[in-house]
Amino acid sequence: MGEKLLMKGSEAIAEAAIRAGAMAFFGYPITPQNETPEYFSRRMPELGRVFLQAESEVAAINMVYGAACTGTRAITTSSSPGISLMQEGFSYIANTNVPCVVVNAMRGGPGLGDIAPAQADYFQATKGGGHGDYHSIVIAPHTVQEEADLMFDAFELADKYRIMVVVLVDGLLGQMMEPVEFKDWVDVKKFKTPEWATVGQGDRAQRNILISFDILAEGLEKMNLVLQNKYAKIRENEVRFEEYKMDDADYAITAFGTVARIAKTTIELARNEGIKIGLIRPITLYPFPEKVIENRASNVKFFFDTEMNEGQMLEDVKLAVNGKKPVYFHGRLGGIVPTAEEILDEFKKHLGG
Amino acid sequence: MEKGVVISGFGGQGVMLAGELLAEAGKEEGKYVTFLPSYGPEMRGGTANCHVIVSDTTIASPIIGYPKAAIVLNLPSLDKYEPLMKKDGIIIINKTLVPREVKRDDVRVLQIDAQHVAEDLGNKKVVNMILLGAYVEIEKPVKIETLKNALKSYLTGRKAELIEVNERALEKGAEIARDFMGVK
Repeated sequence: MGEKLLMKGSEAIAEAAIRAGAMAFFGYPITPQNETPEYFSRRMPELGRVFLQAESEVAAINMVYGAACTGTRAITTSSSPGISLMQEGFSYIANTNVPCVVVNAMRGGPGLGDIAPAQADYFQATKGGGHGDYHSIVIAPHTVQEEADLMFDAFELADKYRIMVVVLVDGLLGQMMEPVEFKDWVDVKKFKTPEWATVGQGDRAQRNILISFDILAEGLEKMNLVLQNKYAKIRENEVRFEEYKMDDADYAITAFGTVARIAKTTIELARNEGIKIGLIRPITLYPFPEKVIENRASNVKFFFDTEMNEGQMLEDVKLAVNGKKPVYFHGRLGGIVPTAEEILDEFKKHLGG
Repeated sequence: MEKGVVISGFGGQGVMLAGELLAEAGKEEGKYVTFLPSYGPEMRGGTANCHVIVSDTTIASPIIGYPKAAIVLNLPSLDKYEPLMKKDGIIIINKTLVPREVKRDDVRVLQIDAQHVAEDLGNKKVVNMILLGAYVEIEKPVKIETLKNALKSYLTGRKAELIEVNERALEKGAEIARDFMGVK
């Protein structure tokens, strides 16, 4: 840890990734996250690492795929439409069991959309997006400091499980500035090439082969079971969440990222009026913190989910609550960011009963 | 204590620099700060605004829905933020570019003919610093001295020669604010 720097989220992400040992960046520009590749483009060559602006998002993700197959810490960053273009690569990366980190600064959609903050890629990030039965670990920071901290975790988790880790942010978390303190540099000289990496046969008796398919169904089912076994371990060990003022809460708000942060102000406003609301904030969206929500269902009168989409995490909250308590919802679409006051007004509509 | 301000004007009036400087000063004083700029197509030639919060405790939402303080550099910004102001909030207005009075009677208003004050100081671009100095004197989110120090990390190289006039602009704004508070 060092001194605190006043930094934009999108730059803090890049700096943290570099300190966490990102050796290669591949990407294609898109607003509202261009400060991230811009930052990489300056710093990576200084450190003798790779910065490459690809000809498209499809090329960029396949370059990440290639680098990942050599056991190199690789990253790409993009925003919603660009992330959509990368989905085929994500699916291949999943079944090849190689690690990488992808940052999605979500913007208003669908289609070309706008460049305002949104959270409408929750389904795409947590439920697949690409084809096949796969998951990525999905993490959702809500402050610039947390963006910086979680980049280190993203690379660690990616390597630990040989999996793609998606960091879901938005333009607001990217453009805003806050003081940030970075963790110590990861010593990249200590990186060892993993046993499985395809870097030439060397002294091995046989060459390593990384492959994303088996043409025979029996074999492919086995590959799928390997993935499912991995996801079960991840669900068991890697769930992260924050509970905020839940100890005495009569009601729980569920929200992630930017909206969770706004909801903390909502909770303050509500508590000034004597309404005891708490917040359950999933930090990992996959694996989803279903147990804490399930457990809190016996304490609270109802849940109030709020997101910048039409109710995507809402489905996971409802599955966790499993009908024990009502789950209400307020969402804004297309890049509109709700205010704390607005969330409180919407919440209060459900108090009557 | 959490102190938030919205700074709003045309792109090019130094709205973002003023906001960033305030945030940097807050950070220097060891406080929690957030600086949230508007961004997007509207920034090119249109209006620009930023929300800055300086606080002794953790800041939840960085968005200021209903400002207690606003620094308004042009007319569209007054039109936008006047209705949103909290009761007893303070609006600091660049009178040179805002040819109308504030309609509300439940907010405090400080009008500064900032363009002309800036010209008297010898640099017509320091309007933002005059208004920022006034805001900081009234609401005291940070010390004026810390702001002046922060200038040094923003105005470097060829721009270093501008530090002095910007410092004087901050002081002039503070002086105008003291007069304002004296007469109420």
